[in-house]
Amino acid sequence: MTTLDGNTALDGNAAGGDLRTVFALDVTAATGQCAGCGNTGPLGSAQLYNRAPGLILRCPRCDAVLVRLVAAPGRTWLDVRGLTYLQFATEEDPG
Amino acid sequence: MARAAVLGRLTWRVATVAAVRDETSTARTLVLDVPGWPGHDAGQHVDVRLTAPDGYTAVRSYSIASVADGERIEITVEQVMDGEVSSYLAGVASVGDPLEVRGPIGGWFVWRAAQTEPVQLVAGGSGVVPLMAMVRARSAAGSGVPFRLLYSTRRPESVIYRDELQGRASDGLPLEYAYTRAAPDGWPRPPGRLDASLLAAATFPPADRPTCYVCGPTPFVETVADLLIAAGHDAGRVRTERFGGQ
Repeated sequence: MTTLDGNTALDGNAAGGDLRTVFALDVTAATGQCAGCGNTGPLGSAQLYNRAPGLILRCPRCDAVLVRLVAAPGRTWLDVRGLTYLQFATEEDPG
Repeated sequence: MARAAVLGRLTWRVATVAAVRDETSTARTLVLDVPGWPGHDAGQHVDVRLTAPDGYTAVRSYSIASVADGERIEITVEQVMDGEVSSYLAGVASVGDPLEVRGPIGGWFVWRAAQTEPVQLVAGGSGVVPLMAMVRARSAAGSGVPFRLLYSTRRPESVIYRDELQGRASDGLPLEYAYTRAAPDGWPRPPGRLDASLLAAATFPPADRPTCYVCGPTPFVETVADLLIAAGHDAGRVRTERFGGQ
């Protein structure tokens, strides 16, 4: 796996808390398709860059930006144009 | 939308430190009572928020170490150099102190008892915490799924959960330590980084099609994930959780 600038990237898992401030579902287990290269995978396996005013999720294959989430007092911006879709599991839990 | 998938927006809850346990000279476990805690799966984490008197806040993610147990959770925090949150949690917080937490978080780096495939756990340092939750969850569920744990650590005295791991190894959990700085007397390998040969010797082969969970500092996780995939493991079954040194 490569990172854009050294070892600053984390896994998308770590974005779960901030994403859950705007989504009612766990997004880290949802499958997303990269609009850049067509790669599909759980957002939890995307690369997270969060040493910035917001957070950025990048495609683990082509490094394209998938999601940007920026919060300011009283407002939050969400940009998901780097994804062609998000697929959520909706079966009932057998347990 | 199915009931199980709808979680609702996440809110901060005020937890209380119920107990503190030293694990090593730099790591300790905080037992937290969290009113309204909805339960969790092994591998999930919580965000912890500290607020200074001037309003400055800092949020960090910590893996949950314990299995679901009502409104009680445990996190194990390793103190990192200049860590503004870890220094407080690993060194200052005491019984009765309030902490803001939100969670549980995450659905990808998670092991559930319904899984039937073998599980390979690879820990670097305090990356053992969510993997310990998986070991405990397997035991609590009475699951017979094969687990193996490869735990890379600097030296013998930096092993977290040492006594419990010893007990679980005696009870049949295949457990291998990889020491990077100093090994016990008489240890068969000199201290050093995990490499392909040790990984091959101490983990399930790709033919067993295990799900691999790798957790640790970013460079460790990168190295191990690359080695596992190079050895023939399917990248889709190598799940990773990196942590930065904040």
